[in-house]
Amino acid sequence: MTATLRTEGISKSFGGVQALDDCSLTAPAGKISALIGPNGSGKTTLFNVMTGYEKADSGQVFLGDGRITGAPPPRVYALGVGRTFQLTRIFPRLTVLENMLVPAQRGRSARQHREHAMDLLAFTGIAGHAAALAGTLSYGQRKLLELSYVLVADPAVVLLDEPAGGVNPTLVQHIAERIGELNKAGRTFLIVEHNMDFVMSLCHQVTVLDSGTVVASGPPEQVRSDPRVLDAYLGVGTDGDD
Amino acid sequence: MTKQTVAQGSGLLLLLAVAAVFPLVFTNPTATNFAVVTLVFVAVASAWNIFSGFSGYLSLGHAVFYGTGAYFLTVAANDWKLSAGAIFWLVPLAGLAAAVIAVPLGLVALRVRRHTFVVITIAFFFIAQLSASNLSVTGGSSGMLVPQPNWAGATFNNPFYYVALVIAVATIVLAWLVRRSRFGLQLRAIRDDEDRAAGLGVRAMPVKLAALVLSAFITGMAGAVWVYFTGEAVPQFVFDPLFDLAIVLMAFFGGLGTVAGPVLGALVLQPAQLWLNLEETNSYSSEILFGALFLVVILFLPRGVLPTGAEYLSKAQAWIRRRRAAPGETAREPAAGADDAITPTSAPGGAA
Repeated sequence: MTATLRTEGISKSFGGVQALDDCSLTAPAGKISALIGPNGSGKTTLFNVMTGYEKADSGQVFLGDGRITGAPPPRVYALGVGRTFQLTRIFPRLTVLENMLVPAQRGRSARQHREHAMDLLAFTGIAGHAAALAGTLSYGQRKLLELSYVLVADPAVVLLDEPAGGVNPTLVQHIAERIGELNKAGRTFLIVEHNMDFVMSLCHQVTVLDSGTVVASGPPEQVRSDPRVLDAYLGVGTDGDD
Repeated sequence: MTKQTVAQGSGLLLLLAVAAVFPLVFTNPTATNFAVVTLVFVAVASAWNIFSGFSGYLSLGHAVFYGTGAYFLTVAANDWKLSAGAIFWLVPLAGLAAAVIAVPLGLVALRVRRHTFVVITIAFFFIAQLSASNLSVTGGSSGMLVPQPNWAGATFNNPFYYVALVIAVATIVLAWLVRRSRFGLQLRAIRDDEDRAAGLGVRAMPVKLAALVLSAFITGMAGAVWVYFTGEAVPQFVFDPLFDLAIVLMAFFGGLGTVAGPVLGALVLQPAQLWLNLEETNSYSSEILFGALFLVVILFLPRGVLPTGAEYLSKAQAWIRRRRAAPGETAREPAAGADDAITPTSAPGGAA
């Protein structure tokens, strides 16, 4: 199951602040795309618009051929778009397994749902904590739990907001491997991330956002040497080495 | 079946048996009077917990549903001129009336969260109380009498006792079923992080509203039994702000969001209050005491007696196990907090 997620001319302002300005980007089906840009450039706002948490002032969001502009979050999830949050958001007073059972399920019995949940926990490597309260997990384990439960309903597209933020290098590597494996099975990813090694090694395509506008988009090597990107994101005078 | 399930099951059966024979053993009308009111509060505290305890939306307006049920029974019993036994058949209808009222209230109040939600439920409470004092259908501020049965004094309380017992037991069973169900899981997910739950496909509004309506239905039935038992519906007692504080205290005292907590809270606190009112000439002393208890619970037992007690118990058990462990053999601690405790396996079937 896979699909292309696309925005067309999204604009969004908060009071006098123009967070997104005519923003168009495409996360092609079956690819891992990155969305990078300086803090405050509108990456998370774009995620919020795509997943129904914010309403755009203008512009459209498409999943495959279908228009999903303005659909509320439960509907967006049901259509096959899962997302994680920048600061991980789990259900601290539910057990890890209960967290996995929250996502809506169709066509699976309670037992199948449970087995599927345990398979996913084994896949991300936290099955040993299934019975623990999610609030007792470490930050890195919470990141894995969030990744796990977003996958429960087999979404075609997964949006990850800083999956490598604030976790140790071993775990970053572990998360990158998991994403790579899921992508091989056909899943589309759109990832907001500041860790450039992570982005450059994992992603097929990079889109750069600055002040709510797309300034560059293309394969990682090309984007990395784009002068507008160096100026906006990596800072003038940076020689762009890895 | 595990040994624990058997022990719990037989314990519950024993409790139920004690409850069933209680009015036959304690025939003193004061005792059965206390028991009827206590059972009404067991039902109400559990019903409040099904909505507020599971969803985290703290309602201080449940007296609206209690009062709706109470006035429905009072007005209907008078208008339809029902016989004594038949009035009990109004109880489920009174619950329905409260459930119907809960729909528009929920659709308005459940749009906001936390403190704003609490304030709105309080506003609803005062609207209801003022309406009852000023409308002719409710008899205005002087209230209305409920036609009373002419049963013998010694066993007068018994029918009320058994009706209240059935409602209380049914509510506890319902709370247990909700706690275990997918519906209950969605409620608890909403309590922890409503926006996150929405992003995982949980339609929060229908789930919250269903819980509120269910809770209102039971609360309305309890209010109807209570008003029939006391014999009169007067606005300031039917819509009583202390009612809301009492059930909230019961749930917090026993353990918010647990099935047994609110039951324990009602079983301990309601008889205590009735007894204090009886013993003390100053009827406010119980209210002052309850206010102080509320502070103690919120400050020292914010999760309630049962969860905190269970925590101490498991700590004690762990300590005993460590003591018993042979020297040199260190007790195994769960590796919480260790990012390294990750053991990946191959991709699950669904992802391949």
